[in-house]
Amino acid sequence: MIRVILPPHLRVLAHVSGEVAVDVQGQATLRSVLDALEARYPMLRGTIRDHATLKRRAFLRFFACEQDLSNEPPETQLPLPVTTGKEPLLIIGAVAGG
Amino acid sequence: MAGVRVLVGTRKGAFTLTSDTKRERWDIKGPLFGGWEIYHLKGSPVDPNRIYASQSSGWFGQIIQRSDDGGMSWHQPGMKNGEEAPTGRPKSESNKFVYDTSPGTGKPLTTHQWYDGTQHPWEFKRVWHLEPSLTDPDTVYAGVEDAALFRSTDGGETWNEVAGLRGHSSGPRWAPGAGGMGLHTILLHPTDPRRMYVAISAAGAFRTDDGGTNWRPINRGLHSLYIPDPDAEVGHCVHRIAMHKSRPDVLFMQKHWDVMRSDDAGEMWREVSGNLPSDFGFPIDVHAHEPETIYVVPIKSDSEHYPPDGKLRVYRSRKGGDEWEALTEGLPQRDCYVDVLREAMAVDCLDSCGIYFGTTGGQVYASSDEGDSWKPIARDLPAVVSVEVQTLT
Repeated sequence: MIRVILPPHLRVLAHVSGEVAVDVQGQATLRSVLDALEARYPMLRGTIRDHATLKRRAFLRFFACEQDLSNEPPETQLPLPVTTGKEPLLIIGAVAGG
Repeated sequence: MAGVRVLVGTRKGAFTLTSDTKRERWDIKGPLFGGWEIYHLKGSPVDPNRIYASQSSGWFGQIIQRSDDGGMSWHQPGMKNGEEAPTGRPKSESNKFVYDTSPGTGKPLTTHQWYDGTQHPWEFKRVWHLEPSLTDPDTVYAGVEDAALFRSTDGGETWNEVAGLRGHSSGPRWAPGAGGMGLHTILLHPTDPRRMYVAISAAGAFRTDDGGTNWRPINRGLHSLYIPDPDAEVGHCVHRIAMHKSRPDVLFMQKHWDVMRSDDAGEMWREVSGNLPSDFGFPIDVHAHEPETIYVVPIKSDSEHYPPDGKLRVYRSRKGGDEWEALTEGLPQRDCYVDVLREAMAVDCLDSCGIYFGTTGGQVYASSDEGDSWKPIARDLPAVVSVEVQTLT
């Protein structure tokens, strides 16, 4: 199981509290984890990645094991501690005022 | 319960304000969708329990919300609140607004004019306006930025572009204003389902007479000094159009400067700004029972965008324009520097027509006597973006 920590607004949309966990078939990459996340919580489709292009939304970031994976190719394999469930994948909203 | 339900969209969530028909005491519920921008909420005229809401965020994009119980509970269409995810590939396309590029549905254009004069691809940003059908609660139109018209016939679960609008040959000359290029006004003809009006900032007004397949600009008579040809076919920054259902060929427009009127379904417009202290403003609306009685809120511009002289005044014309009276009782008449945005005025249908408007200062003002007197029914909300009213029987 891959652990994922969502930003608070997406937890509300997904009707979850705390972190979530998703099963991934095959290699755990950014793309496969997001695919699994959207399959389990379809109300999140379009909120993390653009519906049409599947590009990451500009004000979101993907962090794991103190690394910024936001600009890595979607096929990039996630760090081992994430694939083993020791560490979560964090989806973070950019800080902003207003 | 008979009464009034006011649907308020703000920069940080939605609120519902309800009252009985006396409209003296108001119950405020919210914020719904706290922290999200709610550009618009609107109820179905067929089923007042069916309400659609446009929820958007710079972080997470567009969400469509729907209530089937008058705003008590909400869900993303196609996904009941708290429902387990379906097996297999999920549908969940209620927030999927993809421009039509298929040649079979018209002549969709791929670019419009950008700020630097170059052509720029259409990019979906958000839904500005939701207009439920007059006959079917599951059919609803969405006006979006970048300007286009979408339609859902399954209660908002899926959306398809009404591509003929963007297919008009003037499309490459449409351009965004400083606030973006949004389709913000959708008026459905009360008896002829083939006729519809839309307005776009900054392209102008358009009309279809065949249910959306073909469109044409209806901007003759508009005069805009901020475009190279002030009388151009398109390029006008129309802020709002209003219509009374008993006279669907008579249209009233608040433009980026000038209040206008058309008596022939937009074929020709004439200015009716008359004695207004400023002919700039955003909303315009029509009395529920008197089709010649109209309301505007004059605002100072360029760029100040607050009431002239710090006095918040609604102006009413009982002659369809030209002659206006200031309505001030109960409204702040000094040191008031709020704005009233284009979606933020609406009327109810009770015997003594009620008028409602919201401000960027977070107040919602209501009049239960056709505008003669006003009182705040909410004082300290986030900046109000939209106000709609449901008259419940």
